[in-house]
Amino acid sequence: MDILTLNPRHIWAVWYRNYLVWRKLIVASMLGNFGDPFLYLLGLGYGLGMYIGEMGGIPYMAYLASGILCSSAMNTATFEGLYSAFTRMNHQGTWEGMLATPVRVQEVVAGEIVWAASKSLISGTAILLVAGILGGVQDWSTAWMAVPVIMLIGLAFAGPALVICAIAPSYDFFMYYFTLVVTPMFLFCGVFYPVDALPEFVQWFAQVLPLTHAVQLIRPLLTELPLVNPLLHISVLLAYALVGYAIAANLARKKLIR
Amino acid sequence: MQTNLSGDSDSNVVVRARDVRKFFAEREVVCGLNFDVPQGICFGILGPNGAGKTTLMRMLVGLSPVSSGEYSLFGQDVADAALHHRIGVVPQQDNLDPDFSVFKNLMVYANYFSIDKDTAQKRAYELLEFASLSARANDGVMSLSGGMRRRLMIARSLVNDPDLVVLDEPTTGLDPQARHLIWQRLRSLKTRGKTLILTTHYMEEAAELCDDIMVLDHGKILDRGTPRELINRHVEPEVVAIRGLNTEADTKLLCADLEVRFEQVGDTWFCYMQDARSLVARCAEDASLTFIHRPASLEDVFLKLTGRDLREEA
Ligand SMILES: Nc1ncnc2c1ncn2[C@@H]1O[C@H](COP(=O)(O)OP(=O)(O)O)[C@@H](O)[C@H]1O
Ligand SMILES: [Mg+2]
Repeated sequence: MDILTLNPRHIWAVWYRNYLVWRKLIVASMLGNFGDPFLYLLGLGYGLGMYIGEMGGIPYMAYLASGILCSSAMNTATFEGLYSAFTRMNHQGTWEGMLATPVRVQEVVAGEIVWAASKSLISGTAILLVAGILGGVQDWSTAWMAVPVIMLIGLAFAGPALVICAIAPSYDFFMYYFTLVVTPMFLFCGVFYPVDALPEFVQWFAQVLPLTHAVQLIRPLLTELPLVNPLLHISVLLAYALVGYAIAANLARKKLIR
Repeated sequence: MQTNLSGDSDSNVVVRARDVRKFFAEREVVCGLNFDVPQGICFGILGPNGAGKTTLMRMLVGLSPVSSGEYSLFGQDVADAALHHRIGVVPQQDNLDPDFSVFKNLMVYANYFSIDKDTAQKRAYELLEFASLSARANDGVMSLSGGMRRRLMIARSLVNDPDLVVLDEPTTGLDPQARHLIWQRLRSLKTRGKTLILTTHYMEEAAELCDDIMVLDHGKILDRGTPRELINRHVEPEVVAIRGLNTEADTKLLCADLEVRFEQVGDTWFCYMQDARSLVARCAEDASLTFIHRPASLEDVFLKLTGRDLREEA
């Protein structure tokens, strides 16, 4: 298997192509990155926070900000790895064009994953700043460490997204992934309330989902809550990224190199 | 680094195929082909739709695995990714980047070859000149005509200064002016010492460009040679194409006592012969017939070799 044969120069070339397209639309893109979380935090953090007061021992705004940061990193990488990558793979022939050059299919997939994660990094960092302004960050001495963690979270969601992208027959297929995977994670992985509020079997289930681990890493970094088992969380996220990459690279090869 | 697959290293041979086969599921679409392509020529793969031309090309550039046999490029197995530095590919379907300008398309593509920015820029300007697209450098590719897009595809395939350029139906769907401009550019590539391999189902294109032609159908080689050789080998020198004849009997009657070979394609009868003067005289007397008298061409070879049945998409 060639999935370990990766030339960083090639991965960068794939990444850079996507970056150049993004740069053309930077204003609209940044507006979404700052605007959406701002509204979320304002609406839910202040509005709901007024009634709720504290959650898990910290102000609801701080609780929610770290959750929204994670779910937004998830959504950004997922959208990029599904819709945008699918267009490049199937409709624009972008991948096929790259495969006629020294760039290999696993490098295309790796480049796409790193790019999708980079978009998470951009949107996650934007939320970190917005959260800081709105009082969602309690401890800046550790909050800055969230930045590399956001990249890792992006990778953990980009890997599986690329798998779905490679098996999807059409855009419609992505609805299954959102309804069955992304939305449940959004609701049950500790973004809005602690996972231990859920029935026990749901808690078990939540423990295997990447968003749970993302939240458990990020929340302590932004707030005064203690960081528990960081290596476990990092390992789970890394595993999603790497296994996702390996499967996606194989599927993409089967699909494109026929 | 240069390992030769087979003992006899012929540095003059760019492509070498030995019993190359391709199966899609159970179906064999390339059936044990043997051929060599020498360096510096324009090699044409001629065949109707579905003959296996694209499959043969895709295998050559590593986009499709070879099911069995030995297929090599510059002495390396076609699966060797390093070969991509030496080849340029123009696929049947345009895959220009719609998000970028004409110039950016070349720059971004050069980056896939790890070409540094300064070199890429210099080459991109030269290639735009070559493709007569300098004036459109900053326009989006979506605003280009079909002919311009093809020229940009060809320019893009040259960013890595390849030794071999592989083109799959480079002028399909273009108007005659656009086609002639592309032919002229491809000829100039050949004079610069590049080896060209192109597929086509336009006989005129093959005759204009190719030094050597392989006629392919149903995954098998029907014949190979220069355009002149193929014509001499397979068809009589003169053709009269006649319309207005209703039945084979009518045609036979018209050609009575003459040594003629017929082919019927649609409503047209093609009459092949050594000397067509007497048939032309007979046709001229019958006002109900329209006819054209011309020397035999590759088209006639093609019709004879691949038969007259209509193909998919025909
Ligand atoms: N990916 C594929 N899966 C199954 N069959 C294919 C595939 N690609 C091509 N074929 C079949 O192989 C045959 C040769 O196709 P192709 O090489 O595209 O022919 P050409 O380029 O000469 O028109 C056709 O019958 C086509 O339907
Ligand atoms: Mg074809």
